[in-house]
Amino acid sequence: MRDVSIIGIGQTAVGEHWERSLRDLAVDAIEAALKDAKVESVEALYVGNMLSGELVAQAHLGALIADWASLGPIEAMKLEAAGASGSAAIRVGYMSVASGIQDMVVVCGVEKTTDTDAKTVNASWSFALDGAYEASQGLSVTAIAALLMRRYMHEFGVQREDFAPFAVNAHQNAVNNPHAMFRRPISAEAFAGAHMVVEPISMLDAAPMCDGAAAIVLCPSERAGEFASKPVHIKASAVATDRLAVHSRADPLLLRAAQVSAQKAYQQAGIEPHDIDVFELHDAFTIMSALSLEACGFAERGEGVRLAQDGDIAIGGRIPISTMGGLKARGYPIGATGVYQIVELVYQLRGEAGANQVECQLGMAQSLGGSGATAVTHILEAE
Amino acid sequence: MMDLPRHWRTEKTRYGLVGEVCTTCRKPIFPPRDVCPHCADATQEEHTFAGKGQVYSYATVYDAPAGYTEYQPYPVALVKLDEGPLVTAQLTDLDKEDIHIGMPVEMVTRKLTEQDENGLIVYGYKFRRPLQEQPV
Repeated sequence: MRDVSIIGIGQTAVGEHWERSLRDLAVDAIEAALKDAKVESVEALYVGNMLSGELVAQAHLGALIADWASLGPIEAMKLEAAGASGSAAIRVGYMSVASGIQDMVVVCGVEKTTDTDAKTVNASWSFALDGAYEASQGLSVTAIAALLMRRYMHEFGVQREDFAPFAVNAHQNAVNNPHAMFRRPISAEAFAGAHMVVEPISMLDAAPMCDGAAAIVLCPSERAGEFASKPVHIKASAVATDRLAVHSRADPLLLRAAQVSAQKAYQQAGIEPHDIDVFELHDAFTIMSALSLEACGFAERGEGVRLAQDGDIAIGGRIPISTMGGLKARGYPIGATGVYQIVELVYQLRGEAGANQVECQLGMAQSLGGSGATAVTHILEAE
Repeated sequence: MMDLPRHWRTEKTRYGLVGEVCTTCRKPIFPPRDVCPHCADATQEEHTFAGKGQVYSYATVYDAPAGYTEYQPYPVALVKLDEGPLVTAQLTDLDKEDIHIGMPVEMVTRKLTEQDENGLIVYGYKFRRPLQEQPV
Protein backbone atom coordinates (compact mmCIF):
# COMPACT_ATOMS: atom_id res chain seq x y z
CA MET A 1 0.00 0.00 0.00
CA ARG A 2 1.22 3.48 -0.92
CA ASP A 3 0.13 6.79 0.58
CA VAL A 4 -2.12 8.80 -1.76
CA SER A 5 -2.44 12.56 -2.12
CA ILE A 6 -4.77 15.00 -3.83
CA ILE A 7 -2.83 17.30 -6.13
CA GLY A 8 -5.63 19.04 -8.02
CA ILE A 9 -9.26 20.06 -7.62
CA GLY A 10 -11.95 21.46 -9.91
CA GLN A 11 -15.67 22.20 -9.72
CA THR A 12 -18.48 23.85 -11.62
CA ALA A 13 -20.96 26.11 -9.91
CA VAL A 14 -23.83 24.11 -8.39
CA GLY A 15 -27.28 25.02 -9.67
CA GLU A 16 -29.49 24.87 -12.76
CA HIS A 17 -27.24 24.67 -15.82
CA TRP A 18 -29.77 24.99 -18.65
CA GLU A 19 -27.10 25.51 -21.31
CA ARG A 20 -24.69 22.80 -20.19
CA SER A 21 -25.13 19.04 -20.55
CA LEU A 22 -23.94 16.30 -18.18
CA ARG A 23 -20.86 15.73 -20.31
CA ASP A 24 -20.11 19.48 -20.53
CA LEU A 25 -20.20 19.82 -16.76
CA ALA A 26 -17.96 16.77 -16.24
CA VAL A 27 -15.42 18.03 -18.76
CA ASP A 28 -15.38 21.51 -17.15
CA ALA A 29 -14.62 20.01 -13.73
CA ILE A 30 -11.95 17.63 -15.06
CA GLU A 31 -10.17 20.37 -17.04
CA ALA A 32 -10.13 22.60 -13.96
CA ALA A 33 -8.71 19.80 -11.79
CA LEU A 34 -6.00 18.87 -14.32
CA LYS A 35 -5.03 22.54 -14.67
CA ASP A 36 -4.90 22.93 -10.87
CA ALA A 37 -2.63 19.85 -10.66
CA LYS A 38 -0.57 21.03 -13.66
CA VAL A 39 -1.02 17.56 -15.13
CA GLU A 40 -1.72 16.88 -18.80
CA SER A 41 -2.46 13.17 -18.80
CA VAL A 42 -3.88 10.57 -16.44
CA GLU A 43 -3.98 6.78 -16.48
CA ALA A 44 -7.55 6.33 -15.31
CA LEU A 45 -10.87 8.14 -14.84
CA TYR A 46 -13.48 7.07 -12.27
CA VAL A 47 -16.87 8.74 -12.57
CA GLY A 48 -19.33 8.98 -9.69
CA ASN A 49 -22.94 9.36 -10.84
CA MET A 50 -26.30 7.94 -9.80
CA LEU A 51 -28.97 8.72 -12.38
CA SER A 52 -27.57 9.48 -15.84
CA GLY A 53 -29.60 6.62 -17.35
CA GLU A 54 -32.88 7.76 -15.83
CA LEU A 55 -32.46 11.55 -16.13
CA VAL A 56 -30.48 12.16 -19.33
CA ALA A 57 -30.90 8.80 -21.11
CA GLN A 58 -27.17 8.16 -21.01
CA ALA A 59 -25.23 5.25 -19.57
CA HIS A 60 -21.58 4.31 -20.19
CA LEU A 61 -20.24 7.50 -18.60
CA GLY A 62 -16.66 6.25 -18.21
CA ALA A 63 -16.05 6.04 -21.93
CA LEU A 64 -18.24 9.07 -22.73
CA ILE A 65 -16.43 11.46 -20.41
CA ALA A 66 -12.93 10.11 -21.17
CA ASP A 67 -13.81 10.68 -24.85
CA TRP A 68 -15.21 14.22 -24.48
CA ALA A 69 -12.39 15.29 -22.14
CA SER A 70 -9.94 13.84 -24.70
CA LEU A 71 -8.12 11.84 -22.05
CA GLY A 72 -7.01 9.21 -24.56
CA PRO A 73 -7.72 5.46 -24.48
CA ILE A 74 -7.47 5.28 -20.67
CA GLU A 75 -9.21 3.03 -18.16
CA ALA A 76 -12.57 4.65 -17.32
CA MET A 77 -15.69 3.48 -15.46
CA LYS A 78 -18.72 4.78 -13.59
CA LEU A 79 -19.37 3.93 -9.93
CA GLU A 80 -22.86 4.05 -8.43
CA ALA A 81 -23.80 4.06 -4.73
CA ALA A 82 -26.83 6.41 -4.78
CA GLY A 83 -26.01 9.70 -3.02
CA ALA A 84 -22.58 8.34 -2.14
CA SER A 85 -21.61 7.70 -5.79
CA GLY A 86 -19.03 10.50 -5.92
CA SER A 87 -17.22 9.36 -2.81
CA ALA A 88 -17.43 5.74 -3.99
CA ALA A 89 -15.57 6.81 -7.13
CA ILE A 90 -12.94 8.51 -4.92
CA ARG A 91 -12.64 5.30 -2.94
CA VAL A 92 -11.90 3.36 -6.15
CA GLY A 93 -9.44 6.02 -7.33
CA TYR A 94 -7.72 5.84 -3.95
CA MET A 95 -7.50 2.01 -4.09
CA SER A 96 -6.14 2.16 -7.59
CA VAL A 97 -3.28 4.52 -6.65
CA ALA A 98 -2.64 3.02 -3.18
CA SER A 99 -2.31 -0.46 -4.68
CA GLY A 100 0.26 0.70 -7.22
CA ILE A 101 -1.95 -0.14 -10.20
CA GLN A 102 -2.18 3.49 -11.38
CA ASP A 103 0.11 6.48 -10.80
CA MET A 104 -2.17 9.29 -11.90
CA VAL A 105 -5.97 9.16 -11.60
CA VAL A 106 -8.76 11.69 -12.04
CA VAL A 107 -12.07 11.20 -10.23
CA CYS A 108 -15.15 13.11 -11.38
CA GLY A 109 -18.57 13.26 -9.72
CA VAL A 110 -21.38 14.54 -11.93
CA GLU A 111 -25.17 14.77 -11.88
CA LYS A 112 -27.64 16.48 -14.21
CA THR A 113 -31.16 16.67 -12.77
CA THR A 114 -32.69 19.65 -14.57
CA ASP A 115 -33.19 17.93 -17.94
CA THR A 116 -36.08 16.04 -16.29
CA ASP A 117 -39.22 17.17 -14.40
CA ALA A 118 -39.00 17.27 -10.60
CA LYS A 119 -41.56 14.48 -9.99
CA THR A 120 -39.54 12.08 -12.15
CA VAL A 121 -36.30 13.14 -10.44
CA ASN A 122 -37.97 12.42 -7.09
CA ALA A 123 -39.12 8.96 -8.26
CA SER A 124 -35.70 8.18 -9.77
CA TRP A 125 -33.84 9.29 -6.65
CA SER A 126 -36.09 6.85 -4.76
CA PHE A 127 -34.39 4.01 -6.65
CA ALA A 128 -31.86 4.34 -3.81
CA LEU A 129 -34.49 2.78 -1.52
CA ASP A 130 -35.89 -0.75 -1.55
CA GLY A 131 -37.93 -0.63 -4.76
CA ALA A 132 -40.22 -3.51 -3.83
CA TYR A 133 -40.97 -2.60 -0.21
CA GLU A 134 -40.41 1.15 0.25
CA ALA A 135 -40.64 3.09 -3.03
CA SER A 136 -43.54 0.92 -4.28
CA GLN A 137 -45.57 2.09 -1.26
CA GLY A 138 -45.27 5.71 -2.46
CA LEU A 139 -42.31 6.68 -0.29
CA SER A 140 -39.42 8.85 -1.47
CA VAL A 141 -35.98 9.28 0.11
CA THR A 142 -37.47 12.38 1.76
CA ALA A 143 -40.38 10.35 3.17
CA ILE A 144 -38.05 7.84 4.78
CA ALA A 145 -36.00 10.68 6.31
CA ALA A 146 -39.26 12.22 7.58
CA LEU A 147 -40.11 8.95 9.37
CA LEU A 148 -36.67 9.01 11.02
CA MET A 149 -37.12 12.66 12.01
CA ARG A 150 -40.55 12.08 13.59
CA ARG A 151 -39.26 9.09 15.54
CA TYR A 152 -36.19 11.09 16.68
CA MET A 153 -38.44 13.93 17.89
CA HIS A 154 -40.55 11.38 19.78
CA GLU A 155 -37.69 9.47 21.39
CA PHE A 156 -35.53 12.43 22.38
CA GLY A 157 -38.22 15.01 23.11
CA VAL A 158 -37.14 17.60 20.52
CA GLN A 159 -39.26 19.89 18.34
CA ARG A 160 -39.07 20.49 14.60
CA GLU A 161 -37.72 24.00 15.24
CA ASP A 162 -34.77 22.51 17.14
CA PHE A 163 -33.32 21.37 13.79
CA ALA A 164 -33.16 24.95 12.45
CA PRO A 165 -29.50 25.61 13.39
CA PHE A 166 -28.32 23.01 10.85
CA ALA A 167 -30.00 24.83 7.95
CA VAL A 168 -29.14 28.30 9.27
CA ASN A 169 -25.45 27.32 9.58
CA ALA A 170 -25.33 25.81 6.08
CA HIS A 171 -26.91 28.87 4.45
CA GLN A 172 -24.67 31.24 6.39
CA ASN A 173 -21.57 29.40 5.17
CA ALA A 174 -22.78 29.28 1.55
CA VAL A 175 -22.86 33.09 1.39
CA ASN A 176 -19.07 33.08 0.92
CA ASN A 177 -18.91 30.12 -1.50
CA PRO A 178 -18.99 31.39 -5.11
CA HIS A 179 -19.91 27.87 -6.32
CA ALA A 180 -22.91 27.46 -3.97
CA MET A 181 -26.51 27.33 -5.19
CA PHE A 182 -28.10 29.33 -2.34
CA ARG A 183 -25.79 32.19 -1.35
CA ARG A 184 -28.18 33.78 1.12
CA PRO A 185 -28.72 33.43 4.86
CA ILE A 186 -32.01 32.14 6.29
CA SER A 187 -33.53 32.82 9.70
CA ALA A 188 -34.87 30.41 12.30
CA GLU A 189 -38.27 32.11 11.76
CA ALA A 190 -38.16 31.30 8.03
CA PHE A 191 -37.26 27.72 8.92
CA ALA A 192 -40.24 27.45 11.28
CA GLY A 193 -42.65 28.68 8.61
CA ALA A 194 -41.26 26.80 5.61
CA HIS A 195 -43.51 24.85 3.23
CA MET A 196 -43.76 21.13 4.04
CA VAL A 197 -42.35 18.58 1.59
CA VAL A 198 -42.99 15.46 3.66
CA GLU A 199 -44.06 16.61 7.12
CA PRO A 200 -42.08 17.03 9.39
CA ILE A 201 -39.49 17.77 6.65
CA SER A 202 -39.85 21.19 5.03
CA MET A 203 -38.17 22.91 2.09
CA LEU A 204 -35.60 24.30 4.56
CA ASP A 205 -34.71 20.89 6.02
CA ALA A 206 -34.07 19.40 2.60
CA ALA A 207 -31.13 19.89 0.24
CA PRO A 208 -32.04 20.95 -3.32
CA MET A 209 -31.66 18.66 -6.35
CA CYS A 210 -29.52 20.39 -8.97
CA ASP A 211 -26.70 20.06 -11.51
CA GLY A 212 -22.99 20.06 -10.89
CA ALA A 213 -19.65 18.35 -11.41
CA ALA A 214 -16.47 18.25 -9.33
CA ALA A 215 -13.14 16.51 -9.89
CA ILE A 216 -9.92 15.67 -8.07
CA VAL A 217 -6.53 14.37 -9.23
CA LEU A 218 -4.78 11.66 -7.19
CA CYS A 219 -1.17 10.44 -7.24
CA PRO A 220 1.24 8.68 -4.87
CA SER A 221 2.16 11.00 -1.97
CA GLU A 222 5.87 10.51 -2.69
CA ARG A 223 5.40 12.24 -6.06
CA ALA A 224 2.81 14.84 -4.97
CA GLY A 225 5.46 17.54 -4.42
CA GLU A 226 6.38 17.44 -8.13
CA PHE A 227 2.93 18.79 -9.03
CA ALA A 228 1.40 20.63 -6.10
CA SER A 229 2.75 23.21 -3.68
CA LYS A 230 0.09 22.18 -1.14
CA PRO A 231 -0.82 18.52 -1.65
CA VAL A 232 -3.42 17.04 0.68
CA HIS A 233 -2.87 13.53 2.05
CA ILE A 234 -5.69 10.97 2.16
CA LYS A 235 -5.13 9.63 5.65
CA ALA A 236 -8.08 7.23 5.66
CA SER A 237 -10.66 5.83 3.24
CA ALA A 238 -13.44 3.49 4.36
CA VAL A 239 -16.80 2.23 3.13
CA ALA A 240 -19.49 0.39 5.08
CA THR A 241 -23.07 -0.68 4.36
CA ASP A 242 -26.23 -1.25 6.38
CA ARG A 243 -29.57 -2.95 5.74
CA LEU A 244 -30.91 -1.16 2.66
CA ALA A 245 -34.37 -0.44 4.10
CA VAL A 246 -34.81 1.38 7.40
CA HIS A 247 -37.56 -1.12 8.33
CA SER A 248 -34.94 -3.91 8.33
CA ARG A 249 -32.62 -2.15 10.80
CA ALA A 250 -32.63 -3.29 14.44
CA ASP A 251 -32.14 0.34 15.57
CA PRO A 252 -33.54 2.71 12.92
CA LEU A 253 -32.09 5.85 14.52
CA LEU A 254 -28.54 4.49 14.43
CA LEU A 255 -26.76 5.06 11.09
CA ARG A 256 -24.72 1.91 11.40
CA ALA A 257 -22.88 2.24 8.08
CA ALA A 258 -21.88 5.78 9.03
CA GLN A 259 -20.68 4.54 12.41
CA VAL A 260 -18.73 1.57 11.05
CA SER A 261 -17.08 3.48 8.19
CA ALA A 262 -16.10 6.32 10.55
CA GLN A 263 -14.64 3.86 13.07
CA LYS A 264 -12.65 2.14 10.32
CA ALA A 265 -11.39 5.55 9.16
CA TYR A 266 -10.38 6.65 12.68
CA GLN A 267 -8.52 3.38 13.10
CA GLN A 268 -6.66 3.76 9.78
CA ALA A 269 -5.69 7.31 10.67
CA GLY A 270 -4.84 6.42 14.27
CA ILE A 271 -7.02 9.22 15.62
CA GLU A 272 -10.16 9.88 17.69
CA PRO A 273 -13.21 11.94 16.67
CA HIS A 274 -12.02 14.91 18.76
CA ASP A 275 -8.89 15.14 16.55
CA ILE A 276 -11.05 16.12 13.54
CA ASP A 277 -11.00 19.90 12.94
CA VAL A 278 -13.66 20.13 10.21
CA PHE A 279 -16.39 17.70 9.08
CA GLU A 280 -18.21 17.78 5.75
CA LEU A 281 -21.20 15.53 6.43
CA HIS A 282 -24.20 14.40 4.38
CA ASP A 283 -26.79 17.03 5.32
CA ALA A 284 -29.36 15.99 2.71
CA PHE A 285 -31.89 16.59 5.53
CA THR A 286 -31.34 18.25 8.92
CA ILE A 287 -32.17 14.95 10.64
CA MET A 288 -29.31 13.27 8.75
CA SER A 289 -26.86 15.86 10.15
CA ALA A 290 -27.95 15.01 13.69
CA LEU A 291 -27.78 11.26 13.08
CA SER A 292 -24.37 11.53 11.33
CA LEU A 293 -22.82 13.53 14.17
CA GLU A 294 -24.06 10.89 16.61
CA ALA A 295 -22.97 7.90 14.51
CA CYS A 296 -19.48 9.35 14.00
CA GLY A 297 -18.88 9.94 17.69
CA PHE A 298 -19.26 13.74 17.89
CA ALA A 299 -22.40 13.57 20.02
CA GLU A 300 -24.20 11.06 22.24
CA ARG A 301 -27.43 9.49 20.98
CA GLY A 302 -30.14 12.15 20.90
CA GLU A 303 -27.62 14.97 21.42
CA GLY A 304 -26.79 15.79 17.78
CA VAL A 305 -29.42 18.53 17.73
CA ARG A 306 -28.01 20.07 20.94
CA LEU A 307 -24.58 20.29 19.31
CA ALA A 308 -26.09 22.49 16.61
CA GLN A 309 -28.04 24.59 19.10
CA ASP A 310 -24.91 25.24 21.15
CA GLY A 311 -23.07 26.64 18.12
CA ASP A 312 -20.49 23.84 18.06
CA ILE A 313 -21.09 23.25 14.31
CA ALA A 314 -20.31 26.83 13.24
CA ILE A 315 -16.99 28.00 11.82
CA GLY A 316 -14.94 28.63 14.97
CA GLY A 317 -16.99 26.06 16.89
CA ARG A 318 -15.86 22.70 18.24
CA ILE A 319 -16.70 20.71 15.09
CA PRO A 320 -17.53 22.96 12.11
CA ILE A 321 -19.78 21.26 9.51
CA SER A 322 -21.07 22.22 6.04
CA THR A 323 -18.38 24.91 5.93
CA MET A 324 -19.02 25.85 2.28
CA GLY A 325 -22.79 25.42 2.54
CA GLY A 326 -23.11 21.64 2.71
CA LEU A 327 -25.67 19.76 0.66
CA LYS A 328 -28.35 22.08 2.03
CA ALA A 329 -27.06 25.37 0.60
CA ARG A 330 -24.15 24.55 -1.72
CA GLY A 331 -26.66 22.18 -3.33
CA TYR A 332 -27.06 18.42 -3.74
CA PRO A 333 -26.11 17.27 -7.27
CA ILE A 334 -26.61 13.67 -6.14
CA GLY A 335 -23.70 11.63 -7.53
CA ALA A 336 -21.34 14.62 -7.64
CA THR A 337 -21.75 15.49 -3.97
CA GLY A 338 -19.04 13.29 -2.48
CA VAL A 339 -16.46 14.92 -4.74
CA TYR A 340 -17.65 18.45 -3.84
CA GLN A 341 -17.15 17.57 -0.17
CA ILE A 342 -13.53 16.57 -0.82
CA VAL A 343 -12.86 19.65 -3.00
CA GLU A 344 -14.15 21.84 -0.16
CA LEU A 345 -12.01 20.03 2.43
CA VAL A 346 -8.96 20.56 0.20
CA TYR A 347 -9.69 24.32 0.20
CA GLN A 348 -9.84 24.20 3.99
CA LEU A 349 -6.63 22.17 4.37
CA ARG A 350 -4.72 24.33 1.87
CA GLY A 351 -5.81 27.40 3.84
CA GLU A 352 -7.70 28.72 0.80
CA ALA A 353 -11.24 28.83 2.21
CA GLY A 354 -11.30 32.63 2.50
CA ALA A 355 -13.85 34.06 4.93
CA ASN A 356 -14.91 30.51 5.84
CA GLN A 357 -11.42 29.32 6.75
CA VAL A 358 -11.32 26.89 9.68
CA GLU A 359 -8.04 26.46 11.51
CA CYS A 360 -7.39 22.86 10.57
CA GLN A 361 -4.92 20.07 10.09
CA LEU A 362 -7.36 17.14 9.79
CA GLY A 363 -10.67 17.11 7.93
CA MET A 364 -13.27 14.40 7.50
CA ALA A 365 -15.88 13.93 4.76
CA GLN A 366 -18.68 11.42 4.89
CA SER A 367 -21.27 10.82 2.25
CA LEU A 368 -24.36 8.63 2.52
CA GLY A 369 -26.37 6.68 -0.05
CA GLY A 370 -30.18 6.40 0.22
CA SER A 371 -31.21 6.47 3.86
CA GLY A 372 -27.66 5.73 4.99
CA ALA A 373 -27.28 2.18 3.65
CA THR A 374 -23.93 3.15 2.12
CA ALA A 375 -21.47 5.37 3.97
CA VAL A 376 -18.11 6.46 2.56
CA THR A 377 -15.72 8.23 4.92
CA HIS A 378 -12.44 9.95 4.05
CA ILE A 379 -10.02 11.68 6.40
CA LEU A 380 -7.67 14.21 4.81
CA GLU A 381 -4.55 15.84 6.26
CA ALA A 382 -2.66 18.98 5.27
CA GLU A 383 0.90 18.06 4.26
CA MET B 1 -42.76 -0.83 -19.49
CA MET B 2 -42.38 -4.45 -18.41
CA ASP B 3 -43.48 -3.92 -14.82
CA LEU B 4 -45.95 -6.81 -14.71
CA PRO B 5 -43.64 -9.67 -13.61
CA ARG B 6 -42.06 -7.47 -10.93
CA HIS B 7 -45.41 -6.74 -9.29
CA TRP B 8 -46.83 -10.22 -9.90
CA ARG B 9 -43.84 -11.82 -8.14
CA THR B 10 -44.57 -10.05 -4.80
CA GLU B 11 -48.36 -10.47 -4.99
CA LYS B 12 -48.70 -12.84 -2.02
CA THR B 13 -46.58 -10.57 0.16
CA ARG B 14 -48.47 -7.44 -0.83
CA TYR B 15 -52.04 -8.83 -0.74
CA GLY B 16 -51.73 -11.13 2.26
CA LEU B 17 -48.76 -9.93 4.32
CA VAL B 18 -47.15 -13.32 3.73
CA GLY B 19 -43.63 -13.43 5.16
CA GLU B 20 -41.54 -16.12 6.74
CA VAL B 21 -40.30 -17.65 9.96
CA CYS B 22 -36.68 -18.74 10.08
CA THR B 23 -36.44 -22.51 10.54
CA THR B 24 -33.19 -22.10 12.50
CA CYS B 25 -33.63 -19.10 14.83
CA ARG B 26 -37.48 -19.04 14.68
CA LYS B 27 -37.54 -15.27 14.19
CA PRO B 28 -40.33 -13.80 12.02
CA ILE B 29 -39.16 -12.23 8.74
CA PHE B 30 -40.96 -9.56 6.70
CA PRO B 31 -40.64 -8.98 3.82
CA PRO B 32 -39.64 -12.56 2.93
CA ARG B 33 -36.08 -13.16 1.75
CA ASP B 34 -33.92 -16.16 0.90
CA VAL B 35 -31.33 -15.66 3.63
CA CYS B 36 -32.39 -14.96 7.24
CA PRO B 37 -31.40 -11.40 8.26
CA HIS B 38 -30.94 -12.56 11.86
CA CYS B 39 -28.88 -15.76 11.57
CA ALA B 40 -27.96 -15.94 7.85
CA ASP B 41 -29.52 -19.40 7.56
CA ALA B 42 -30.96 -20.20 4.16
CA THR B 43 -34.08 -22.26 4.87
CA GLN B 44 -37.29 -20.40 5.63
CA GLU B 45 -40.93 -21.43 6.04
CA GLU B 46 -43.89 -19.32 4.94
CA HIS B 47 -45.72 -17.38 7.64
CA THR B 48 -48.79 -15.16 7.23
CA PHE B 49 -48.65 -12.18 9.56
CA ALA B 50 -51.83 -11.29 11.47
CA GLY B 51 -51.74 -7.72 10.15
CA LYS B 52 -52.01 -6.04 13.56
CA GLY B 53 -49.49 -3.60 14.89
CA GLN B 54 -48.69 -0.09 16.10
CA VAL B 55 -47.45 3.09 14.45
CA TYR B 56 -43.68 3.34 15.11
CA SER B 57 -43.33 6.58 13.15
CA TYR B 58 -45.35 8.54 10.57
CA ALA B 59 -45.13 11.38 8.05
CA THR B 60 -47.34 13.16 5.52
CA VAL B 61 -46.26 13.22 1.87
CA TYR B 62 -47.11 16.58 0.21
CA ASP B 63 -44.58 16.26 -2.60
CA ALA B 64 -44.97 12.76 -4.01
CA PRO B 65 -42.79 11.00 -6.58
CA ALA B 66 -44.10 10.41 -10.13
CA GLY B 67 -46.84 7.74 -10.07
CA TYR B 68 -48.22 8.88 -6.71
CA THR B 69 -48.80 12.64 -7.15
CA GLU B 70 -52.56 12.31 -7.73
CA TYR B 71 -52.98 10.88 -4.21
CA GLN B 72 -51.01 13.56 -2.31
CA PRO B 73 -51.14 14.47 0.47
CA TYR B 74 -51.10 11.00 1.99
CA PRO B 75 -49.86 9.63 5.33
CA VAL B 76 -47.07 7.05 5.48
CA ALA B 77 -45.71 5.10 8.41
CA LEU B 78 -43.36 2.57 9.82
CA VAL B 79 -45.70 0.03 11.42
CA LYS B 80 -44.38 -2.34 14.09
CA LEU B 81 -46.23 -5.62 13.60
CA ASP B 82 -47.26 -7.47 16.76
CA GLU B 83 -44.94 -10.31 15.69
CA GLY B 84 -41.93 -7.95 15.61
CA PRO B 85 -40.93 -6.75 12.13
CA LEU B 86 -41.30 -3.13 10.96
CA VAL B 87 -43.21 -2.51 7.71
CA THR B 88 -43.09 0.62 5.54
CA ALA B 89 -46.60 1.43 4.31
CA GLN B 90 -49.26 4.07 3.79
CA LEU B 91 -51.94 4.72 6.40
CA THR B 92 -55.50 4.98 5.10
CA ASP B 93 -59.09 5.82 6.12
CA LEU B 94 -58.05 8.39 8.74
CA ASP B 95 -57.26 12.08 9.22
CA LYS B 96 -53.63 13.01 9.66
CA GLU B 97 -54.52 14.81 12.91
CA ASP B 98 -55.58 11.46 14.40
CA ILE B 99 -52.23 9.74 13.86
CA HIS B 100 -49.85 9.30 16.77
CA ILE B 101 -46.90 7.08 17.59
CA GLY B 102 -48.11 3.96 19.36
CA MET B 103 -51.62 3.98 17.83
CA PRO B 104 -52.93 0.50 16.97
CA VAL B 105 -53.46 -0.24 13.28
CA GLU B 106 -54.54 -3.17 11.10
CA MET B 107 -53.67 -4.15 7.56
CA VAL B 108 -56.06 -3.69 4.63
CA THR B 109 -55.60 -4.17 0.87
CA ARG B 110 -55.83 -1.00 -1.20
CA LYS B 111 -54.81 0.43 -4.57
CA LEU B 112 -51.23 1.76 -4.44
CA THR B 113 -50.86 3.25 -7.93
CA GLU B 114 -52.18 3.10 -11.46
CA GLN B 115 -49.60 3.02 -14.21
CA ASP B 116 -51.09 4.85 -17.14
CA GLU B 117 -49.63 3.39 -20.35
CA ASN B 118 -50.57 -0.29 -19.93
CA GLY B 119 -53.38 0.23 -17.41
CA LEU B 120 -51.66 -1.79 -14.70
CA ILE B 121 -53.20 -1.18 -11.27
CA VAL B 122 -50.95 -2.09 -8.35
CA TYR B 123 -52.64 -3.17 -5.13
CA GLY B 124 -50.95 -3.75 -1.79
CA TYR B 125 -51.14 -3.43 1.96
CA LYS B 126 -51.97 -0.22 3.78
CA PHE B 127 -52.84 0.18 7.46
CA ARG B 128 -55.91 1.74 9.13
CA ARG B 129 -57.27 2.11 12.66
CA PRO B 130 -58.79 -1.24 13.70
CA LEU B 131 -62.46 -1.30 12.65
CA GLN B 132 -63.82 -1.86 16.17
CA GLU B 133 -62.01 1.28 17.35
CA GLN B 134 -63.39 3.53 14.64
CA PRO B 135 -66.34 5.85 15.38
CA VAL B 136 -69.61 4.56 13.86
